[in-house]
Amino acid sequence: MTTRRFPIISKYYWIYFVISLLIIIPGVISLALFRLRPGIDFVGGTILEFSTATSSAHLQKSDIGEIIGPNPEIVGFDATGPNLYSLHLPALSDESRGSLIATLSAHVQGYKERSLSSVGPLIGQELIQKTAVAMILAAFLIAVYLAFRFQSFEYGVSAVVATLHDVVVLLGVFSLLGHFWGVQVDTLFVTALLTIASFSVHDTVVVYDRIRERKKKVLREPMSETIDASVFETLTRSLRNSLAVVIVLLSLFLLGGETTRWFAFALLIGTITGTYSSTFVALPLLIVWEKIRARGKRV
Amino acid sequence: MNFSQALRSYVILLVIAVLALVLLLPATMKVDFGKQSVCQTVPSFLSSVCQGVYPLADSAPLTLTRPPLKISLFGSTFARDLEYRYGLDVRGGSEVTLVADMSNISLSQRASALESAKEVISRRINLYGLSESTVTTAVSNDSYRLIAAIPGITESSQITSLIGSTAQLGFREYVQPATASAIASPSSMLVSDFVPTDLTGKDLQEVTAQFDSSTNLPVISLQFTEEGKKKFAQITKRNIGKPLAIFLDEYPISAPNVQSEITDGRAQISGNFTTEEAKSLSATLNAGALPAPISVLSQRTVEASLGDSSIHNSIRAGVIGITLVIVFLIALYGLKGVLAAVVVVFYAILTLTMYKLIPLTLTLPGIAGFLLSVGMSVDTIILVFERLREEETQGHSTVSRLISKSFGRAWGSIKDANAVTLVSAFVLANPFSWVFLNTSGMVRGFALTLALGIVLNLFTGMLVLRVLLTLFYKPKNV
Repeated sequence: MTTRRFPIISKYYWIYFVISLLIIIPGVISLALFRLRPGIDFVGGTILEFSTATSSAHLQKSDIGEIIGPNPEIVGFDATGPNLYSLHLPALSDESRGSLIATLSAHVQGYKERSLSSVGPLIGQELIQKTAVAMILAAFLIAVYLAFRFQSFEYGVSAVVATLHDVVVLLGVFSLLGHFWGVQVDTLFVTALLTIASFSVHDTVVVYDRIRERKKKVLREPMSETIDASVFETLTRSLRNSLAVVIVLLSLFLLGGETTRWFAFALLIGTITGTYSSTFVALPLLIVWEKIRARGKRV
Repeated sequence: MNFSQALRSYVILLVIAVLALVLLLPATMKVDFGKQSVCQTVPSFLSSVCQGVYPLADSAPLTLTRPPLKISLFGSTFARDLEYRYGLDVRGGSEVTLVADMSNISLSQRASALESAKEVISRRINLYGLSESTVTTAVSNDSYRLIAAIPGITESSQITSLIGSTAQLGFREYVQPATASAIASPSSMLVSDFVPTDLTGKDLQEVTAQFDSSTNLPVISLQFTEEGKKKFAQITKRNIGKPLAIFLDEYPISAPNVQSEITDGRAQISGNFTTEEAKSLSATLNAGALPAPISVLSQRTVEASLGDSSIHNSIRAGVIGITLVIVFLIALYGLKGVLAAVVVVFYAILTLTMYKLIPLTLTLPGIAGFLLSVGMSVDTIILVFERLREEETQGHSTVSRLISKSFGRAWGSIKDANAVTLVSAFVLANPFSWVFLNTSGMVRGFALTLALGIVLNLFTGMLVLRVLLTLFYKPKNV
């Protein structure tokens, strides 16, 4: 236990703050400027019900796709009765609505509009607010629990900050993806956010446990050295575990359907930053707390 | 845990595994051991060999039927049809379009009235246990609609009556008609003889379906708010000896006679309910009244919102992913890795069985969450194995001591790590239905899946893995 270890956290903690800031700042700027690109789940859409001539052939979703082209994207298409159809589209401006109807009546035999309604969002303001309240409450309870279990509130606060770090990274990345590649956030994204938050805390606690155990075993070791040693002891496990999760998610990302691609991507980013933040955000924060406390004692 | 204890647990776990596998079977299965059908399954170049050597003759295919699960214990019944519940995205369901009659609501108020009607309807659906449903608003020029999509095709008439009723609860006093000389007998009372009081559904704090202690019939028990308590006391005081009718929308449910002034703010409605009716009525009342009358416009079956191919791809990707993880574990840990693979498969089987037993609705996010929870269960295994590797260098005298020391030390971090995850699952599931938290089916479904994953993960990681290691693992230097 006397060998000198590379001071991976205790000496170079500021490097990790810089790395995190370099990743977070572009995302935060993008969030401030462009926000997220909300999908149909958040903003609602349009439902157009129409009938066709009784003699006309049965329409498929692909037929409508050929008629109206790639824009607007078809969210859903159902036959609701004989020669009756319901077409679900994103929210449309008056102009594009007019041109859409013109296209349809020109190409669909016996086209007759029955109703055109704007559909409200699936995820309303209330759901988002309440989920946010729940996450804040959960973060608070987790901080209290960890403060109690590890006999110091610094652990609780650092773990929550590390989780917040991951949530902000994920939001930032999707804001950039939304602005430059038109990636939308939907219900699945909300689920991914919740999953990542729990994964991140889970991982941090495993690293904390090592520090707690080592503090009991090796008496009178400076906190900074305990932390460095614990990092080396848990790094293998952290990497192996993340690799296992990444394997599952990567196959979901590469082989899963189009609809789950960005969901798998969100989880993938979250797993990587969750693993990083447990060691390189939560622990440097503990070092900073330690330094602040040491300074307080000296004065 | 010594060897013989481990052996006993091993037998019990095997029984659990077999039971779980039986529960996972589809309800009906065609089995055919006849020569033709068996030989069709082998590769074509073996087909003639198979025809020659296969001992059984052709026979009619056998249809195996698994009965639904029904256990009665201490008067309560646990019944499950043992089918997966699929979400709207995976299997589709029924879609009910409701139209709100806004004629009594001013133009400026209509949008917010529709929004609150949507909240009420989704609360009712959730209270009724139909999780993973969605409700959206649809507005065209002059029509205000709600579209409720409910996964699976259930007894839809019951659902439509549940979500469509206005649920205005009212208490009405009896006013003696001018022509009558005395209080009429109950049979000759008319609905028009009752006038509304100021006590309404807004004054209700909680409604529960209960059983009357003397008659053992289902009743609905009402608890009023502080204000409702005062109003109720006044109304009962001035109506002693007279009937007080309880109306739901325009229909009288019951009209008991007031015996004395009631000051504790409690009341009971007994009205020849079945248990189901009492439950759904209390759910409807708890969810609040609709701001406008609503009627069912249409009802139809909708297809899965994700195409078949998408679901198929996701499942295939999941199977490939889990297989790769198993390969990864075996490559890292050798024989221990094989045991770990058994634990992962056991975990997956148990989780899928619980989906049927609870039952949880399988949606695409749910399936992805399940895959992620497989990842978490791998974490528990890796934690234990890393501890095992450390302890092996310490030179323990017996295998069981080595294993018990490793698990003891791994438990420290596993306990706290899973406890914090349970905290978030608890808050998101909102089991006490606090108003400031979610009651949405989607978030709750996620939280339930998460909590289930943790509990099963602790079981397989801490117990199953330990049993397997005790029985099959032979470390070198012990």
